[in-house]
Amino acid sequence: MTSRLSVRKLITVICESCLEEPITSAAKDIGARGYTVSDARGSGAHGLRDGSWPENANIRIEILCDESTATRILDLLVDTYYPHYTLVTFVTDVGVLRPEKFQHQAPPHSS
Amino acid sequence: MSDPVILFFILGLIAGLTRSDLKIPGVLYESLSIFLLLAIGLKGGAALAQNNPGELLAPILVVTLTAMLVPILAFLIAFYVGGYGRADAGSLAAHYGSVSVVTFAVGSSYLTRLSVPFEGFMSVFLVILEIPGLLIGVALARWSASNTRWGVLMHEILTGKSIVLLVGGLIIGYVSGEQGLASISPVFFTLFKGLLAIFLLEMGLVTAGRVADLKKSGLFLITFGVVMPLMAASIGLVTASLLDLSVGGATLLATLFASASYIAAPAAIRMAVPEANPSISIGASLGITFPFNITLGIPLYYAASQWLLGASV
Repeated sequence: MTSRLSVRKLITVICESCLEEPITSAAKDIGARGYTVSDARGSGAHGLRDGSWPENANIRIEILCDESTATRILDLLVDTYYPHYTLVTFVTDVGVLRPEKFQHQAPPHSS
Repeated sequence: MSDPVILFFILGLIAGLTRSDLKIPGVLYESLSIFLLLAIGLKGGAALAQNNPGELLAPILVVTLTAMLVPILAFLIAFYVGGYGRADAGSLAAHYGSVSVVTFAVGSSYLTRLSVPFEGFMSVFLVILEIPGLLIGVALARWSASNTRWGVLMHEILTGKSIVLLVGGLIIGYVSGEQGLASISPVFFTLFKGLLAIFLLEMGLVTAGRVADLKKSGLFLITFGVVMPLMAASIGLVTASLLDLSVGGATLLATLFASASYIAAPAAIRMAVPEANPSISIGASLGITFPFNITLGIPLYYAASQWLLGASV
């Protein structure tokens, strides 16, 4: 069974909900083919974020992609969002079926 | 002060401070805020249908101009007296320059309970006043920065749910008129106070959650959270007397000027001025000014309106 799996990167970003649109659209521009967003609750350096007030809630963004896309997404996060926003990012290797679905895809508006 | 909606707020506050496991689900909060925004818009629209909207142009202009003093004043105080940086002072200016829909709702419920009439078109001012304060706050915060994405910011503000629902409600109310709205009035008008009460229960819980921010921010911010609405309300009262509003109308205009945004402004500022620390401005507007306005402020503005305008009638 494992021989059918290919290795891809899973980027998980836990961040303020206001970053959903900017991060996901930037990831797609970079070449990620898709993403998953879910509501998140937890506690960390910025205290308890229990999600009870939607205006101030956390989300978890998950992006499956190849390594070069992952590197570029991480660069973007570090350069653009880390200075002023609250976010935690981690990357893991995961086995996926149908690896071509998570291969870099040139964004539609670039040549 | 036996208004039950305020008591719901206090109940939420106590539950939050005592770490009760009471939680209002996020979807209910979202649903209630959609309901409140629509109801206020509809009510204003129906009132507008009874007036000639053209007559409101001059008052709208006057209110917009005098309201611009509020964010400028807030910025100067936060920058020079409070010693905040440009970003945080601008963020405070945006929050205090914009308005709070729920404070307005509590104000109109207060007047209704006392049977004090007020001009139905006050919610038009509510819509108008959401925007300029935010823009001035961002402009002050980013005075020398060249990379402000004004287009993105305008999109964020104009398509934000508060403007879409308030303006949408106003238009639907205006087009339908009082009679047209009769079929939906049980939901939007009869149930209004009860649902406002549940919303305020949640606001009490949320406010309790900001208390930790305030402990960090110190005496200046707490004083600012009380003094700023008093000064803004005074500007509102002077404007109301210029416009010859009724005592009820003046109370609501003062309430609008005094209120600080904690829904539209935080979202817009977070994207436009990311270097500002959100816990400073949300802590002040939600932790201090909102509870102050709904418990002590509104009765005070009403008394001041009576004193200022009552004699001249």
